[in-house]
Amino acid sequence: MTANLHLWLIPLLPLLGAAINGAFGKRFSRQLVSAVGLAGSGAAFLYALWIASQYSALATAMPIVDKTLGTWIKAGTFQADFAFQLDQLSFVMLLIVTGVGFLIHVYSVGYMWEESGYYRFFCYLNLFLFFMLTLILAANYLLMFIGWEGVGLASYLLIGFYFTKDSAANAGKKAFIVNRIGDFGFLIALFLLIQHFGTLDFTLLADKIVPLGSEAGWGLLSSIGVLLMVGAAGKSAQIPLYVWLPDAMEGPTPVSALIHAATMVTAGVYMVSRSHVIFDRAPQALLVVAVIGCATAFFAATIGICQTDIKKVLAYSTVSQLGYMFLGCGAAAYSAGVFHLMTHAFFKGLLFLAAGSVIHSLGGEQDMRRMGGLRKEIPWTFWTMTAGTFAIAGFPFFAGYYSKDMILWKVSQHNPILFGFGLLTAFITSFYMFRLWFMTFFGERATAEAGHGHHDQAPAAHGHDDHGHDGHGHGHAGGHAHESGWLMLFPLVVLAILSVIGGWMVGGGEGFAKFLSPVFSVGLAADPTEVAGGMSEGFVSALATVAFLLGLGLAWFLYVRRKNIPAQIAQNLGGIYSAVLNKYWVDEIYATVIVNPMMAISRTVLWQGIDRKVIDATLDDAAAGANQLSGEVRKMQSGNIRSYAAWVAAGAVLVVGYMMWMGAAR
Amino acid sequence: MSLNNSILTLVTFLPLAGAVLLMLFPRRDRDIRWFAMAVSVVTFILSLHLPAHFDASKGFQFETNIPWITTPNIHYHIAIDGISLWLVVLTTFLTPLCVLVSWKNIHGEAKEFFVLLLALETAMIGVFISLDMFLFYVFWESTLIPMALLIGIYGHDRRVYAAVKFFLYTMVASVFMLAAILWLYGKTGSFDYTVVQAAIHSGQIEGLGYAAVWLFLGFFIAFAVKVPLFPFHTWLPDAHVEAPTAGSILLAGVLLKMGTYGLLRFNVGFFPEQAHIHAPWIMALAVIGIIYGALVALVQPNLKKLIAYSSVSHLGFVVLGIFALNTAGTDGAVYQMLNHGVSTGALFALAGILYDRRHTYEIKEFGGLASVMPRYATLFLFITLSSVGLPLLNGFVGEFLILSGAFSAKALYGVLAASGVILSAGYLLWLYQRVFFGKVTQPVNLTLPDITPREQAVIWPLMAAALVMGIMPSYFLQQIEPSVVGTLQSAAATAARVLPAITSFGGR
Repeated sequence: MTANLHLWLIPLLPLLGAAINGAFGKRFSRQLVSAVGLAGSGAAFLYALWIASQYSALATAMPIVDKTLGTWIKAGTFQADFAFQLDQLSFVMLLIVTGVGFLIHVYSVGYMWEESGYYRFFCYLNLFLFFMLTLILAANYLLMFIGWEGVGLASYLLIGFYFTKDSAANAGKKAFIVNRIGDFGFLIALFLLIQHFGTLDFTLLADKIVPLGSEAGWGLLSSIGVLLMVGAAGKSAQIPLYVWLPDAMEGPTPVSALIHAATMVTAGVYMVSRSHVIFDRAPQALLVVAVIGCATAFFAATIGICQTDIKKVLAYSTVSQLGYMFLGCGAAAYSAGVFHLMTHAFFKGLLFLAAGSVIHSLGGEQDMRRMGGLRKEIPWTFWTMTAGTFAIAGFPFFAGYYSKDMILWKVSQHNPILFGFGLLTAFITSFYMFRLWFMTFFGERATAEAGHGHHDQAPAAHGHDDHGHDGHGHGHAGGHAHESGWLMLFPLVVLAILSVIGGWMVGGGEGFAKFLSPVFSVGLAADPTEVAGGMSEGFVSALATVAFLLGLGLAWFLYVRRKNIPAQIAQNLGGIYSAVLNKYWVDEIYATVIVNPMMAISRTVLWQGIDRKVIDATLDDAAAGANQLSGEVRKMQSGNIRSYAAWVAAGAVLVVGYMMWMGAAR
Repeated sequence: MSLNNSILTLVTFLPLAGAVLLMLFPRRDRDIRWFAMAVSVVTFILSLHLPAHFDASKGFQFETNIPWITTPNIHYHIAIDGISLWLVVLTTFLTPLCVLVSWKNIHGEAKEFFVLLLALETAMIGVFISLDMFLFYVFWESTLIPMALLIGIYGHDRRVYAAVKFFLYTMVASVFMLAAILWLYGKTGSFDYTVVQAAIHSGQIEGLGYAAVWLFLGFFIAFAVKVPLFPFHTWLPDAHVEAPTAGSILLAGVLLKMGTYGLLRFNVGFFPEQAHIHAPWIMALAVIGIIYGALVALVQPNLKKLIAYSSVSHLGFVVLGIFALNTAGTDGAVYQMLNHGVSTGALFALAGILYDRRHTYEIKEFGGLASVMPRYATLFLFITLSSVGLPLLNGFVGEFLILSGAFSAKALYGVLAASGVILSAGYLLWLYQRVFFGKVTQPVNLTLPDITPREQAVIWPLMAAALVMGIMPSYFLQQIEPSVVGTLQSAAATAARVLPAITSFGGR
């Protein structure tokens, strides 16, 4: 199979959908808008499936590069093409993005049906797919950067979808700017690559970097690696740039599922994996990746314990799970990181969609303290969400179990401290997920009064005033919950099945690693899938299963058996509890230390100080002095065209006269 | 190819001829507008002959060189190369849009307004095509008068102050350039750019060794004020805030580019060794301007001032790219001149649309407009994204090349300047949020009409340009680059001869 695959068509199909809905959607019926939106995403998914059907024929030729669209930028010796590339890694990403993306488009038809701006939503959603597919199919860093910035734009637009709400508008802006801080690092990394290797093409770069040896200390490749990680930290919400993701929950829930759980936020993990040739030779940078990942995984998990907004719990969980993926990458186990990326796309996409179904069924309620006992009222949602919860918590042989074990096992061979924190995080994850599960589906539905009573104790935890987040208030918050329609349930069921069998399906961690090894073994002496020594995989699995059981048990004890204990613990812990509840005040610290001083200095020192008092005042004085000297000359400024023209003519005559005199003198 | 010989003259003076004819018109505003539109559109169409027949392998072309005055030795010498080609087209492209923008909002005599606008177009094009320095200087100064009058007569409340400030700042600075030109004429007996350049580079001019630094600085002051480079920028916000919309578009879109064009053409083209010597502090000023302009833009309560300070920041990028003195940086700088003309021109046009409705630029007067003017909000967002440098739109290409070039010239400057990328997202998205998002706060805004077809006709061409320039930069760059490389190579060669020790500056 050597024929041109026309890879460029894949991102262009959803772009076409976005263009049609963007231009004409306002006049379309909802049915037509849905059809266009689903066609855009569905066509890309079908294309991906077709490639999958041809896989065995294509595999030997990978990476397949398509340069149909020609050159983008060419300056001096530097050139970047509109070149797309397919290898095992982008193939996996392609299936995840188009598959989960299509399912979430289907779900959105049901979820967003009542919303105004329906066409706008599908336009943005398709636009997102265009950029995301560009990101993963790019054959060079600059084309990847188009997708990288573009998904940020789509995210900005979708977080701010309910733009009349200030909190949504703020969240969108915050996401974009924090991402830009990460992009700053990414850009510098690209400049270093251009300066030292003259290209941003993945294949050409690999040719030049592979011969370089591993850096003993801190060198060029370490710097590039860390700068790339800065970019990844922005996009994938890692410390210290994770702060935008929880706020991003202002967006409609399908957006949280698609962009802020399953696909876009994993772009950083993909980018680091894609850059493995660099990281393989920069152990220092790898350590940075691992430490950031591990710290984020642990830190975000602790915040997840105290959140009461169902989407916020899932948001911090996402931050934490992304940390896991980086932890895997940092142990040079890229395939483990990507494996977890995939299973996470299944179960976290599912959890968000299911949470959306819960919210939908309750007419916009997001506070878990006002939920409870829902398992009988919305059984489909309950059972699918159960699959997702067990998968993320690491129930044996569910999807998350395989990928999490793989990461923990690989890390255990590198660094016992990171492994310890990883295991602890697994326990916390299990705990807060079952807390969510019990609070939502078990016990009794809390009455409105009780909910409010709780609410008053923790007003700072979340913006309650803005409830009915999704604009989803259908006016039956206190009434009977109702199950969602089949358009929303169908994606839940598919993702639930994948959450259960998704890890086993690809042959577990080893099978998946073997599949990706043509990508990740490039430039390595030994096959990266074969590692020996340290703890056995079975032992790590056993430890992880214990962590799962402990988390489940504790959550059951605290939220089913002895429900009065959590409040007591909160009271006894005092300061620590309030620190966690308030997310360690990180947003407030950023505002006080960086944003506010910057604004104050810009206003008082730069603008009103230097611009007005120093520069303008000096020049005004000089002008005033000159004015006094030339009182007569001032009459020039009569504001009359003819007199200006006359003055200019006179000036020209003088100059020409001077030069005639000078010419004659020569 | 007789058209090739006369096309530049035609493009340059057609607007002036139109202006003269317009003066004879009766004062019927409708006819005047249509006539001005026709003249500027025909000029634009004619100017498209230039890129269509441009030969990137040659240097200056479409050349006309005839003696004008024998003593002193002044020639009517005009031609364009890859650096000036698209600046001419940018000028002819923006002028009809300015006519359209001014269709209904002239407070005062419409006739004189359009006369000034067309006369200004001739002067601006003249600056970019003149290869005779005397001619250059005449055009250079000629841009001042119509622009100062556009601000002073048709501007807003403090228009006279702003006009005088604008006029004096740039006038005074130009005197230094005039002195430098006259010195060179005294030594070479020629105003001709190529003749003088050859004489300088041959090292035959007596006394140049001592004078070079002063000549360099003479040109530099004139251009730096025009750009405006920090700390010479304070005239710009005032001029913009008071200028009528069309004035702002041309001021930002074209007049500022005369400064950066001059820096590249004269400072680098004439005095390469001085350019190498002074590059570090000029780049430092450029970086300060990038960050300073962005920070001050962040706290502006006035829409137009915000855009004006963003121009200070964006033009800092251009200067940074020029004095990176390498292909990527200078390619990017020339490209960014065009980008800024398109994006910032469009931003000012959009600001003018709001002003026409509310007669204020205060940001706090707005809010929630996305609900009231959805179409306008969409177009504004598109232009905002082009200005913040979203890839696939124009701004990204220029910024990326400039930063990449600056980084390889002096890594620290590249890194510092790249922080401007974060800040630009900050001030523009915050602006966007304050104007468009949230609920409508002022009742008067509830009834604002959305963007009209005429107004859309102004914005759509600019959006199309932003998109085309973002997707197909290589089409433009292949015409720009040979001239940039030519300038830099002759610069590098001369610098290598004069200053063997510092040729490594700038790298590839």
